Amino acid sequence: MLNYDRVKEKLEILADAAKYDVSCSSSGGNRKNTNKGLGDSSATGICHTYTEDGRCVSLLKILLTNFCIYDCAYCVTRKSNDIERAAFTVDEVVDLTMSFYRRNYIEGLFLSSGIFKNADYTMERLVRVAKKLRLEHNFNGYIHLKSIPDASDDLMREAGLYADRLSMNLEIPTESGLKLLAPDKSHQQMIKPMTFVKNEILNYKEEKKIIKSTPKFAPAGQSTQLIVGATQETDLQIIKVADHFYNNYNMKRVYYSGYVPVSNDLRLPPIGSQVPLVRENRLYQADWLMRFYGFKADEILANDNPFLDLEVDPKLGWALRNIDKFPVILQNAPLEMILRVPGIGMKSAYKIVQARRFQNLTLEHIKKMGVATNRAKFFIKVASENKSLQFLDAVNLKELIINETKSKFENPFSNQLSLLNDATFLR
Amino acid sequence: MTLLFYDKTIEGFFTAVFEIFEYKYEDVKIVGADENQNALFSENVTSITNLEKSDRVLNRLEKQLGKEGVRQLLYAFLSETEDVENVLLRVIQYSIANPNQNVLKNFSNPDVLQVSKLVKSVGREKHRMEAFVRFELLKDGIYFAKIYPDFNVLTLILRHFKNRYQDQKWLIYDFKRGYGVFYDLEVTEIVTFDDEVQLQLKNNDSLLDEKEIVYQKLWAEYFDHTNIKERKNMKLHVQHVPKRYWKYLTEKKIF
Repeated sequence: MLNYDRVKEKLEILADAAKYDVSCSSSGGNRKNTNKGLGDSSATGICHTYTEDGRCVSLLKILLTNFCIYDCAYCVTRKSNDIERAAFTVDEVVDLTMSFYRRNYIEGLFLSSGIFKNADYTMERLVRVAKKLRLEHNFNGYIHLKSIPDASDDLMREAGLYADRLSMNLEIPTESGLKLLAPDKSHQQMIKPMTFVKNEILNYKEEKKIIKSTPKFAPAGQSTQLIVGATQETDLQIIKVADHFYNNYNMKRVYYSGYVPVSNDLRLPPIGSQVPLVRENRLYQADWLMRFYGFKADEILANDNPFLDLEVDPKLGWALRNIDKFPVILQNAPLEMILRVPGIGMKSAYKIVQARRFQNLTLEHIKKMGVATNRAKFFIKVASENKSLQFLDAVNLKELIINETKSKFENPFSNQLSLLNDATFLR
Repeated sequence: MTLLFYDKTIEGFFTAVFEIFEYKYEDVKIVGADENQNALFSENVTSITNLEKSDRVLNRLEKQLGKEGVRQLLYAFLSETEDVENVLLRVIQYSIANPNQNVLKNFSNPDVLQVSKLVKSVGREKHRMEAFVRFELLKDGIYFAKIYPDFNVLTLILRHFKNRYQDQKWLIYDFKRGYGVFYDLEVTEIVTFDDEVQLQLKNNDSLLDEKEIVYQKLWAEYFDHTNIKERKNMKLHVQHVPKRYWKYLTEKKIF
C-alpha cells in the first residue's frame, strides 16, 4: 500500500504543474474490456466532475516529474523557476490510476512530464507506465500520453501501442514567438514525432483492412495546445495554425489555453494580469465553426481585421459581414446554409431539416426545438410572419441583436466586463 | 371516460396500449395502479399485464420506428413524469395512423416534442449517474455506491458499469426507489434490501475498508490542485455539477 503523506505531497505538486494543459478529453477511445479486466473506453467520453473554474475533470492529469532541463518562459515548470520539485515512481502512478478508476473518479490517466536528462529517457518512463497498466493490470481505461519533443520513432511506436491519445503541445503558435520565449526549442523537434504518429495511424488503418487483429495504434488520435496571449499573435494567425494542423496532421483537437501569468519575466504579461478568457472562448467558437459548421479559416477572419470580435460570436460576425447571403428560407434551404444561421446549432439544424418534411415551420416551432430565436429571427424566412426580418439591412443590426440578447449573454466573466472595451489589454 | 389501470411496468404499459386498440376504447386514460383517481363519471378497468400483447406492440413499434424509436419511448417512460403514459399513447396512436413515416421526427407535434424533451432529460440523468456515481470499497471487498436519481435510470446504467467493472464486485443502490444492482464477478442481479439493511448501508462508515479513506482524501487533494484559481467561475461550475449531485461526490466531502 502506498505511503499517504508522501504521495499526497507529490500529488499536490505534480497536479498543480499539470493543470495548465487544458485537454481533458476522454473521447474517441474504443478499447473494450476483454478477459475480465478493468475498464473500457466510453466512445463519447465522460466528465466525472468539474473544477471550480468550470473545467471538465475526466482524467487523472499529472506530471511524472516537474524536474526539467528546459527554461521556457511561459511554463511554470521551467528550470530557472524556484519551486518545489517532485517525481512519482512508476508504481505510484499505476496505483493511483487503478484505485481512482475503480471508484469511478476518472476515465483514465493523462500523463505528462518535465524533461529530465533527455527526450528519450523521459519518453521511455512515460511509456513504461502505460505498458504496465495495459499488460500487467489489464487496464482498458483511457490513457493520454504526452509526446516528448525529439523522442525517437521506436519509443513513439511503443507509446502508440499502449496510449489512446498522444499529444504534443506547440504552446507558442509562431516560430518567432517560440524563439523569444523558449530559445532552446523549435517547432521542428515537435513536428517530427507528430508526423511519425500521424503516419503510423494511417498505416494502422491500412493494415487493419487486411489483418483484423492488427494491434490498435493511438485510436483517439493526436491533439495539441496553443497558448493564447503570451505572445503577440493575432487570432487569424492562431486559427490558421490550427487549420494547418487539422488538415495536415489529422489532429483530433487543437486546444486554446488563455495564458495564466506564472512569471515576472518582462517578455510576458505580468503576474496578476487577467487571463484572456473571452478571447479564448471566441477561439473555441471559431474552432467549432471550422470543424463542424463547414467554415474555412479565411471566412472567419481576414488579413485586414485579424482579431475576433469580442462582442459577438464569430458566426454572428460572419453573418453581419455577409448580409447578402440572408435571409435563409428555412423551408427549403440546404443544411449547410441552415448551419450558418446565427442562433441555430447542429442539433436544431438537424431537427429543422427533419421536421420541415411534415409541415411548414414557424418561429414558435423552432424556438421549442432549441433555436436561439432572438438571434436567428433576424436572418430567416419562415412560414409565419417574421417582423424582425425588416432589420436585415439596417445599419445598426449588430446593436439591435446585442441589445436583444444581452440578458442571456451577460458576461460570465463579470470581472472582465470593464476590460472588454480595452482591446489591447485582452489581446 | 374509461380509466385503464396498469401495474406501472413497461410491459404493463404496452399491454394497456394493446387493449386500447383491441377494445377500441375512445375516451380513455392510462393510469398507474397506485394512483388515486376520483373521477365521478368514469368507468374503471384494470389491465392485466400480458407479455404476448406487450410484445406485439413492441414489435409493431420497432418495425415502424426502429430500435432507436423504441429506445426513445422507453426513456420517456422511465422519466416517471406525471401523465407520460398518455403522451406516449398519443404518439403511438399517431405512429400507427402513419405507418409509412417515422413520426418521432416531427418535432412540430407537441407530443413528439415532449417525448424528445423527456428523452433528453432521462439521457442526461443516465449520463450524470455514469459520471457522478462514486464507489466506496467495503471491508468485504464490494465497491458500493448510493444513488438517488431524479429518474428511474438504474436499469439503463447497468450495462455501462457491467462492461467497465468486470474484475471487482460492485453494488449500486437506488435509495429513492428502494432497489439496487449487484455484480458478483459473474452476473448482475436486481436486489432489494429491508429497511434495516438499507439504513446500515446508508450510514456505512463502519463498513469501509481500511484504505478507503486514504484514496478518498487523495482524490479530494487532487481535485483542489487541478483547479486554476485565476480562472475561478463558480457559475459555470454549478451549471455543470448542480448542487443536488454534490452529495454523491467524494471531492465535495469534508474530511
